[in-house]
Amino acid sequence: MKRVQYEHSPIPYLFVAPQIIIIVIFFLWPAAQAIYQSFLLEDAFGLSSQFVWFRNYSDTIFSGAWLQAAGFTIIFSTLVTFLSLGLALLLAVKANEVIQGASTYKTLLMWAYAIAPPVAGLMGNLMFNPLIGDLYGFMNAVGFDFDHKLDPVDASFVVILISVWKQVSVNFIFFLSGLQGIPKSVNEAAMMDCNSSTRRFWTITFPLLAPTTFFLMVINITYAFFETFGIIDTTTQGAPGGATTTLVFKVFQDGFRGADIGGSSAQSVVLMVMVLALTVIQFRFIEKKVHY
Amino acid sequence: MNRSSITTHLILICGALFMTLPVWVAFATSTHAPETILREGLQILPGGHFFETYNEVLFVEGGVMKKVTATQMLKNSLILGVGFAVGKVVISMLAAYAIVYFRFRLAVPLFWIIFMTLLLPLEVRIIPSYEVVANMGLLDTYTGLIVPLIASATGTFFFRQFFRSVPDELLEAARLDGATSWGFFIDILVPLSKTMIAAILIIMFVVGWNQYLWPLIMTTKEENYTLVIGIKQIYQVLNEGGELPQFQKAFALTILATLPPVLVVLVFQNWFVKGLVESEK
Repeated sequence: MKRVQYEHSPIPYLFVAPQIIIIVIFFLWPAAQAIYQSFLLEDAFGLSSQFVWFRNYSDTIFSGAWLQAAGFTIIFSTLVTFLSLGLALLLAVKANEVIQGASTYKTLLMWAYAIAPPVAGLMGNLMFNPLIGDLYGFMNAVGFDFDHKLDPVDASFVVILISVWKQVSVNFIFFLSGLQGIPKSVNEAAMMDCNSSTRRFWTITFPLLAPTTFFLMVINITYAFFETFGIIDTTTQGAPGGATTTLVFKVFQDGFRGADIGGSSAQSVVLMVMVLALTVIQFRFIEKKVHY
Repeated sequence: MNRSSITTHLILICGALFMTLPVWVAFATSTHAPETILREGLQILPGGHFFETYNEVLFVEGGVMKKVTATQMLKNSLILGVGFAVGKVVISMLAAYAIVYFRFRLAVPLFWIIFMTLLLPLEVRIIPSYEVVANMGLLDTYTGLIVPLIASATGTFFFRQFFRSVPDELLEAARLDGATSWGFFIDILVPLSKTMIAAILIIMFVVGWNQYLWPLIMTTKEENYTLVIGIKQIYQVLNEGGELPQFQKAFALTILATLPPVLVVLVFQNWFVKGLVESEK
């Protein structure tokens, strides 16, 4: 808090009013609605509804489809997080080492940040299109019996590849700025003590990057949960047989296509709890960082 | 050059190709005739149909969607991107100013209300949000498109952080000179935040331009589509099959949807990186 502040007056309320009004109308009210509807069961015509306590929760969450989506979401977000973080870290370390062409590499590696997930999805989808996609031909030519329209593993591969591609640039930007924040003297001192650059990396550089890495993990998990919706919606649409359906995609599918408002709301509430947990973890971590 | 630096360059070149090649191929393929694409697959070199394809997509009614042209979608995307960025900066600066510079009774609860928006991504409250906007008669309007997106807390946190780093003496001095709270905000704080504002505007323009789920459910009329929504439509057309698939137009649309945000990021690269790294802290 500031030492010097303006004293009590109605003015601050005027300043916060626009944001608070929008939040109440478009955030809190819909969220409350989602929670409320998650306890209701509507009849087939949407004419009347009945309070059913936790039935929507037990119906959806213990259903095979939800568990399948939850399982896929966990595998998917783990793979996307680790692959895109790993690739970005490798590239950032290398980009931090070079002198010639450093800024060209940096630009080429970060620019994809600006591409929207569904755009990346459609591009990838077209490259894997059986009619024209050379990637599809390539996968079959090297001996995979590749068919992402029918095979769950192949479909997951396509979605994961595009999701990783889309996320590398953000991670790269953060890792590079983290690496550039490490003082030169630290690196020089490490050079004196240890000859192997691999060991220097794992014992000095990587621990110093730990805060960045942890922060990026939270960002990446959130990305894999929510933002990949656009990629899935323009590639597999959760097919084949729900094998690439994430939890968010399922909320959308059940709510808008299936018109199962209660079940979809119950799923939303479960997702809210998951986001809450992630946020708590993130804030604990940030508090720790302050004490460094 | 020694061996290890050659490996370094090799890895970086592979990385750069991995990130750039797909988009280049998309562009090169979009400049070929549909028959060529069907016969030979994806293209690595540009062909001779650049003007034909892009002219049809951008200016001819029915060239890419049923009726609407890519120019109209481009306009919608621009309005969304700019409106989102400007709205977000204005709203969050005002709120952050109140929270940092004023002592008032509801400061703490209001701060928590703003904070809570972080817990409520659009995706988890999508159906009730749609109902609220529909009841207000805001479907298919720019207001309904932009306003529900701009209230989230990220911008407010960012400016709160920045205002806290502004020396207290400035406010003391301004008060001695008789500045009102509004005057202090407009004449001192805003000019002081210029770089930060620019950085946030750039990030938010890209974020706004790339919005997908919200515009998807809230625009029903074709003339309100953004380019990103056009992508979904063309996906559906390709999926359904029918006559000769217009792959070159699909690729052209992905290029058009990509170009403006990419240009903004490339032109303002330094501000963009600064804004991204600072705002997420």
